[in-house]
Amino acid sequence: MEKQHTPEKQYIHVACVGNPNCGKTTLFNALTGSRLKVANWPGVTVEKVEGETEYEGMGIKLVDTPGIYSLTCYTIEEKVTRSCVMDDDIDVIINIVDASALERNLYLTLQLLELGKPVVLALNMMDIVKERGMEIDLHRLPELLGGIPVVPVSAAKRAGLDILLHAVIHHYEEGAEEYILDYPQEIEDKIAKLSVMMQAHYPTHSSVRWHAIKLLEDDEEVREEHPIQTANVVERSYEKEIIQCKYAYIEHVVADTLFHRDQKAATTDRADRLLTHPVLGVPIFLLIMCLVFFLTFTVGDLLKGVFEQGLGIFSDSVSSLLTAMHVAGWLQSLVVDGIIAGVGGILTFLPNIFILFLALAVLEDSGYMSRVAYVMDSIMGKVGLSGKAFLPMILGFGCTVPAIMATRALETEHDRRKTMIVTPFMSCSARLPIYVLFSGMFFPDCPGLAAFSLYVAGMVIAILSAMVINRLEKGKTNDSLLIELPEYKRPNARTIRIYVLNKVRDYLSKAGTTIFLASIAIWFVLNFGAGGMVENPADSFGAVIGRLLVPVLSPAGLGMWQIGVALLSGISAKEVVVSSFAVLFGVSNANSAAGMETIVANVQAAYPGFGPLNAYCLMLFCLLYVPCVATVATVKKESGSWAFTLKMIAFELALAWGVTTLVYQIGSLILQ
Amino acid sequence: MTLYETQKDQEYTVEGLYVEEAVTRRLQALGLNDGTRIRVLNRKKHGALIIQVRGTRLALGRHLSTNIEVSECPQKE
Repeated sequence: MEKQHTPEKQYIHVACVGNPNCGKTTLFNALTGSRLKVANWPGVTVEKVEGETEYEGMGIKLVDTPGIYSLTCYTIEEKVTRSCVMDDDIDVIINIVDASALERNLYLTLQLLELGKPVVLALNMMDIVKERGMEIDLHRLPELLGGIPVVPVSAAKRAGLDILLHAVIHHYEEGAEEYILDYPQEIEDKIAKLSVMMQAHYPTHSSVRWHAIKLLEDDEEVREEHPIQTANVVERSYEKEIIQCKYAYIEHVVADTLFHRDQKAATTDRADRLLTHPVLGVPIFLLIMCLVFFLTFTVGDLLKGVFEQGLGIFSDSVSSLLTAMHVAGWLQSLVVDGIIAGVGGILTFLPNIFILFLALAVLEDSGYMSRVAYVMDSIMGKVGLSGKAFLPMILGFGCTVPAIMATRALETEHDRRKTMIVTPFMSCSARLPIYVLFSGMFFPDCPGLAAFSLYVAGMVIAILSAMVINRLEKGKTNDSLLIELPEYKRPNARTIRIYVLNKVRDYLSKAGTTIFLASIAIWFVLNFGAGGMVENPADSFGAVIGRLLVPVLSPAGLGMWQIGVALLSGISAKEVVVSSFAVLFGVSNANSAAGMETIVANVQAAYPGFGPLNAYCLMLFCLLYVPCVATVATVKKESGSWAFTLKMIAFELALAWGVTTLVYQIGSLILQ
Repeated sequence: MTLYETQKDQEYTVEGLYVEEAVTRRLQALGLNDGTRIRVLNRKKHGALIIQVRGTRLALGRHLSTNIEVSECPQKE
């Protein structure tokens, strides 16, 4: 919290480490006042994050790390966390342990203890332990773990935090403890030999024993970083024995400290009987998604009226104010027709976006997400992806950018790339305004159904594309799902609030930056032509550019230069398609009933044939064509390949054109 | 017998993991070792299942369930 960095102020560096989904980020947020995203499924944090706090005059720099089960280096998360923990800068490790899954969590604890750094154990989720009627002996547990401080905390209720920080500082001054776990003689002998060799090569090394053990486990990274001749000691990997020793010790610890285990059948098991039912699982999932979108459209629309009125009043008063101030006509046009129409139009969709993210937050925080991976595993397996690949896809309903990042949880690079290709087909919240607007304008009898059909179309196309890719690669069915299913819990109000507020803030800042700039740019290209400012937009630069696209877009029923302009500008952010329409047809509030009527009237005046089929094709095209710039940049960053990114864009463009053309041509035949 | 042939709501002991090296290590880190007791909580026809191991739940795909050897546990009261 301290903003001044006085040179004499002492800082200690602390890393929060623990299993996935044990509450690291919740604790980190509670300690530092940060607002990082938290959810109840493994793999939410994919990169390390830093924060700061202060306790008793001592500065504490905290690092939140991705959750890991083990200090090995098989997954991206493990590599990130491991290199962070191994960093010599880290003075103390806070090991966050889910007390309700003590046995599994202690495995990582034992590995951390071998590192030779001070470890403080934060025992989280004690409330679940109590709820289930279990008890943990808090005196015996530290004794069995070499005397490290064990502090019961509740990250969600922010209890025990001061004691934890006190323990961190105190333990830092005390230094690390001796290791507690002795392996069988044969292994100990080898560890001793390797330690001597390590010491000889790297005299200043801080965690010799841990490295010796890793060499014995034949750990690739450690072996490469420490190329010492170990062949005569390590004739094979002893990893299995070492793991079994650790678990044998943990069984001993658990038998001594954990009482009344499994006394009450967890409510989770009862809920899972239904939610992961072999037959009903998939229909229940689809029903839940239906409910999410139903709420988004209906409840969101109820709240929309208030926003619309506000925008109308604002737009009118700005307009009269500017007239009263005798502001130049072009400037007035820029502000009212460009900025207010472009940005304001987008803001009226905020209620829908708010409800959508609220529903997704509840879904993510409840623990249902990883069940979806299990439920969808057989369908996804057939198209060559693990059920886990469905998690990023659901996140894609919110925003594609974090969804692409979430593909990191997948085991292989190949699966990641395939998931990255199909994730943009999940209709993100930026496409929602497009659906709401065009469904409202051209399908007045059933706007919700029209919009929902696009969500379904996106999902079907995602799964079909994965299937085609799988066929082309001659891939097999993928059935190597492996995922932990966390306890269900009542969604935490604070977590949900942070999540939704973050998303709303993102949306508003996007409206204030990308959409603001795009609106100005669109206003400019539509109001200026080769000869300066133009009266008729048909003479503008925009029209010239848009007309180039008309021949290409005509077969898809989108042969209007205005649509060409809207689609091009929509690459900056998909909402901009809506802004463009507002600016193009001179409507200050596209989302209001009057605004919609004006647009329909103007569109049909210019293009009498433009009807519901064309509108549907436009929505379909927006769903499928190039994702927004932010997504493209994320795909490039996460795949590390321009070739892959460009191929993906080409595929999406071809698919968008192909599918819409097909729909338009067949639709025209039927309607005739 | 393999995990694939097990029945819902029964307890078993792990006898061996016969999957790829990396997956084996993952499973071991998650606490699935020779001799570990597990309980089958739920299963689908094609072989994916949910097991309880060391107080947590894991969902495993068919590839894993057909390659993990288990034996039946004497039933506890």
